[in-house]
Amino acid sequence: MHRVVPPAPHVELRGISKQFGGVRALRSVSLQIRAGTVHALVGENGAGKSTLGKVISGVLAPDSGEMQLSGTPVAFRSPRHALEHGVATIAQELAIVPELTAAENVFLGAEPRRAGYVRRRDLSERYHALCEHVGFAVPAHQLAGRLRTADQQKLEILRAVARDAALIIMDEPSAALTREETLHLHEAICSLRARGCTVVLVSHFLREVLELADAITVLRDGAVVRTSLASEESESTLIEAMLGRSLDGTFPPKSPPGADAPVRLAVEWLSAPGVRDATFAVRAGEIVGLAGLVGAGRSELVHAIVGARRAHAGSVAIDGRRATRRSPRRMLREGVVMIPESRKEQGLLLERSVAENTALSTLASLSRLGLVRAGRERKVVTEVLAKVAVRPARPEAPAGALSGGNQQKLLFARALLCQPAVLIADEPTRGVDVGARRSIYDLVVELAGQGLGVLLVSSDVEEVLGLSHRVLVMRGGEIVRELDGMVATEHEVLEAAFTARGVS
Amino acid sequence: MSLIDLQEPASPVPSRRLGLARSRLRGLVDVRRGGILLPFVALFIALSATSGPFLTKANLLNIVDQQASTLIPAAAATLVLVSGGIDLSIGAVYGLAGVTAAHLALVTNPVIAWVAGVGVGLLVGLVNGFVATVARINALIATLATSYVVSGISSLATGGNIITDFNRHSFNDLAGTSLFTVRTSTWVTLVVVVVLAFLLARSTLGRYMYAAGGNAEAARLAGVRVHKVQIIAFALSGTAAALGGVIDTSRVLSAQSSSGADLAFTVLAGVVVGGTSILGGVGSVWRSVVGVLFIALIGNGFDLLGLDPLYEQISLGVLLILAVGLDAWTRLRRA
Repeated sequence: MHRVVPPAPHVELRGISKQFGGVRALRSVSLQIRAGTVHALVGENGAGKSTLGKVISGVLAPDSGEMQLSGTPVAFRSPRHALEHGVATIAQELAIVPELTAAENVFLGAEPRRAGYVRRRDLSERYHALCEHVGFAVPAHQLAGRLRTADQQKLEILRAVARDAALIIMDEPSAALTREETLHLHEAICSLRARGCTVVLVSHFLREVLELADAITVLRDGAVVRTSLASEESESTLIEAMLGRSLDGTFPPKSPPGADAPVRLAVEWLSAPGVRDATFAVRAGEIVGLAGLVGAGRSELVHAIVGARRAHAGSVAIDGRRATRRSPRRMLREGVVMIPESRKEQGLLLERSVAENTALSTLASLSRLGLVRAGRERKVVTEVLAKVAVRPARPEAPAGALSGGNQQKLLFARALLCQPAVLIADEPTRGVDVGARRSIYDLVVELAGQGLGVLLVSSDVEEVLGLSHRVLVMRGGEIVRELDGMVATEHEVLEAAFTARGVS
Repeated sequence: MSLIDLQEPASPVPSRRLGLARSRLRGLVDVRRGGILLPFVALFIALSATSGPFLTKANLLNIVDQQASTLIPAAAATLVLVSGGIDLSIGAVYGLAGVTAAHLALVTNPVIAWVAGVGVGLLVGLVNGFVATVARINALIATLATSYVVSGISSLATGGNIITDFNRHSFNDLAGTSLFTVRTSTWVTLVVVVVLAFLLARSTLGRYMYAAGGNAEAARLAGVRVHKVQIIAFALSGTAAALGGVIDTSRVLSAQSSSGADLAFTVLAGVVVGGTSILGGVGSVWRSVVGVLFIALIGNGFDLLGLDPLYEQISLGVLLILAVGLDAWTRLRRA
């Protein structure tokens, strides 16, 4: 491709906004990305960096605002349309076909062919030329599924370059890589830049960002905090800039348990896939927050506690009784109930009624001789739904017809019926609008007030701090910091969560 | 493990549009729920009007009685589909049960023969259940495999011959006697269907079946023993298929290993035409009954009206596509 550095920036965004339901994901974002640079987008979970990347790459259409590509206004309808304009994305989930060779993957859908047959020699010649151009060395005839993750990513990059992409958006490219692979990826990014490619890098790893990027844009709560040269930033200035999300929900007052409150949940040296040596306790009336970045192992830890994920070491005790051979069912009997992270995939039977969903975990107690006592079920369900304020409380409506907030409350209702000793809530306000959020907070606090031990997993630092009496921060599968929820600051939580892996 | 930003809202659709989509969805679901009844009633009326002998007690009772060995397995197969599995071994089990019962009837008390025949089905059903759940082998393949094994065993046992019980008249009692002018096999069918319908709709176990088939992960996390529930469904399906085989053997007083060859497909066709989803979590026994009878009515109509039976198969095929298509379409609209 022949490109001279254009007078206009490669990408210019003006007043881009995007809303999902009641949540404003992007608020009038304006941004310039210069050609031939690595431009990083950083921010905490939910700050809008991935959403912004998706807007640029055509995955999401903005609600308002304008985007210009090299001075020309564009409105991408799809990633394919964006690719026609030279904009490609390397997503977190790689799109390679494991059973095809490296070269075949790169030219997938654009193979040199004659009469419907792929011209293999052409294919491999082009592949080698391309590798040389970009400076990669991935064996052409190796099956893609046998390659290391970093090499698979290189195939995606090669694919983008083969389609004349001048702008490549990478969403958390190093999240799934080993340290050595990360170094390979960094070299690849540098060689792309050396060849005039523009790279937009969405990353959690501040050290990586500082090392690679020319410019950094910090996002907070869907808005741009600032864009600056990487040379002018440091880890601590970046963290400072991410702080202070605007308060869009107020929290009920905290009342921590007395020092003599008994321990309800005790976890000792628990290890499972994605979790190492987790040790902590939750006392009666206490809300313990579990913070950390996406992928830090929080959900894995709670799944290991309730036995939904096999643990290979460690112990869990409820009210002093050690729970061995855990499964979700046994832990329910022990008094531990978990509200899972994903309502639709792990929580609800969307086709079935609200009543059925609510009663699911306690159906045996609502039955006699194996038959559900319909009248009793209806009475119990109606009562508990009123308690958690599901509106409209029509027990016969399908659960799939409820709003996100009401679905979440339904899961709280199901949990309440179990009369638990310990409540684990994984991302209880994810995708829930502001109004419903507050009533979920009230519920959590009320339950703790009744003497339950509450373990709250949340990606929203403000939420964790607003509710928790104590905060545990996870990183890389381990609990790396314990903070006093009464005095801890966002800065402390983010610092513990963000401190980069030992790259370079 | 999810690496996606957790703050991304789950449903990025403005609530007003969602509301509209929802009300439209509810309409569709209702169409599917009641769906099969309308064409059934229409066909029933059409046949009553065009064919004199159709609307007679003898013909109608005859239809139901002939369908006994389809209705009983269909009722149980509904439980398997609802709980997220599928059972292709119905026909093979039907054959083995018939052969077993016919064999034993030659040497012992007919009641023992009946019970043993049904017991064989329970056994195969349990095996199916374990293979499809604990061993984590896809139910379609698992039951296809057991159907080959079971057919093979029946062929071995009979040496490929027909077993006849023509001189064992008491063996015929299960299908041949009448109670209040209705054959016992019809009564048995009625009891089985009502019990299974009640089980699925009203019992704790039935609820768990819907949960296991609708969202296995959610059910597991909510404390449902998904595997146990599915194993019970498979066991019931095996038992019901065997009961069908024993009833038919008792009716004709002979059995051969190949007699149930097409039964699994006939049963599944009836269940699916009734509106039970092959994807699990949706369905009911009464719908399967209507589905099976609907297909039987088509056959009966072709007979009574003297139409070419070749068209019967074609219309059944089209019907199946329509039924599955409607299911897929409603799911698509929901997503």
